[in-house]
Amino acid sequence: MKSSWTRVLLIALSSALFAGCATTGPASPADPFEPWNRAMYQVHEVVDGNIVRPAVQAYVDYTPPPVRQTISNFFGNIDDLFTAITAMMAGKGDMAGNSLGRVIVNTMWGIGGLIDVASSGDIPKANFDFGLAFGAWGIPQGPYLFVPLLGPTTVRDGSGWVVRFYTGPIGYIPDVPARNVLYGIGAVDSRAQALSAEAIVDQAALDRYTFIRRAYLQRRQYLLYEGKVPPEKEEE
Amino acid sequence: MKATSRIGLAVLAAAFALPAHAQEAPDALVKRVSQEVVQIIKNDPKVQAGDQGRIREVIESKLVPHFDAERMTALAMGRNWRQATPEQQKQLVDQFRTLLIRTYSGALNQYRDQQIDYKPLRADPNATDVLVRTEVIRQGQPPVQIDYGMEKKDGGWKAYDVIVGGVSLVTNYRDEFSEQIRAGGIDGLIKTLAAKNGGAAK
Repeated sequence: MKSSWTRVLLIALSSALFAGCATTGPASPADPFEPWNRAMYQVHEVVDGNIVRPAVQAYVDYTPPPVRQTISNFFGNIDDLFTAITAMMAGKGDMAGNSLGRVIVNTMWGIGGLIDVASSGDIPKANFDFGLAFGAWGIPQGPYLFVPLLGPTTVRDGSGWVVRFYTGPIGYIPDVPARNVLYGIGAVDSRAQALSAEAIVDQAALDRYTFIRRAYLQRRQYLLYEGKVPPEKEEE
Repeated sequence: MKATSRIGLAVLAAAFALPAHAQEAPDALVKRVSQEVVQIIKNDPKVQAGDQGRIREVIESKLVPHFDAERMTALAMGRNWRQATPEQQKQLVDQFRTLLIRTYSGALNQYRDQQIDYKPLRADPNATDVLVRTEVIRQGQPPVQIDYGMEKKDGGWKAYDVIVGGVSLVTNYRDEFSEQIRAGGIDGLIKTLAAKNGGAAK
């Protein structure tokens, strides 16, 4: 088991290094570390494609949809709490209020967040996080980064992940096995949500790396400005 | 004499009035076309069975006429568009159109009876370039905004961009295209597009 893992990683790393050397074209201004990022992307493709994606696909294929929905709701409820906190940090009162409302309704009437009652009651789910809150404070994205297994991010958004990771709440569960199981399920759940979009990227992209980078940066800009991206800010 | 001229006037008026009536508002057009396509997806047994040929046929007959493939290609090419010869431009438009149809077929396969909200059009009635906003509602997940950039043409409104959750298709391809052109020139890009379209055909 261990040796096959090391082999996969070794292959990944060596192909990554070759790719890193081969692609040193003029860089995109948002991505000064492109050769490094491309190497990391190659590592990600090998590990994700051989291990993570098949496992997650099996989870999607063999878990009944209501069970998956319940799991998504549970983690979504925690996300809503952080949407509320970060929206508050960014001074987005409406979004913070709605998200907090969702958490309260779903926790109280949805069995601790297992059922998303709030969506049926028309309290819209929002997208906000620490990276976007930093953006609202005027902190720029900084260089683009691709992190194996975690995906596309930037220095700013990645710092947001770190803050999010240390603010829990799963990290505060004292029982280590229980905590790890929850981390694991959470990771599988969020990876599963990306599966359908991925099929479209496969079909659409000439170069997946570039396609994902541009889509990520556009998406984050859109979320930061809630759909009202100032035209002069569209280019990086 | 008087009667004929009156009839003539009426015919003339009708002739002028007709195109104005035929000129469907852009948001109405998006709504009608997407509802038609959704109906077909729900009811056509071949589409239900995932018959790629039939799905592509639906897209080509129902959607493609409402897209301005040439403008989409020109926008995705940016500054490089004018450097392309007319023959290259034609090939680019053909290949890009095919790629978009293929991508759209794949996306339609994933459609799961979701509800689409059509937002009211916020635009000047005389505008010739508008953004039509729609939203796909998903249970337990944030809604996905799908917006269409549309331009008024002689034959009616035509879409030149699709923006999914803030990700503009045309902007996304701009990076892809310029990267390919940097590596292999415009012919290199045409080759890559053709390989992508042909390679996945089987």
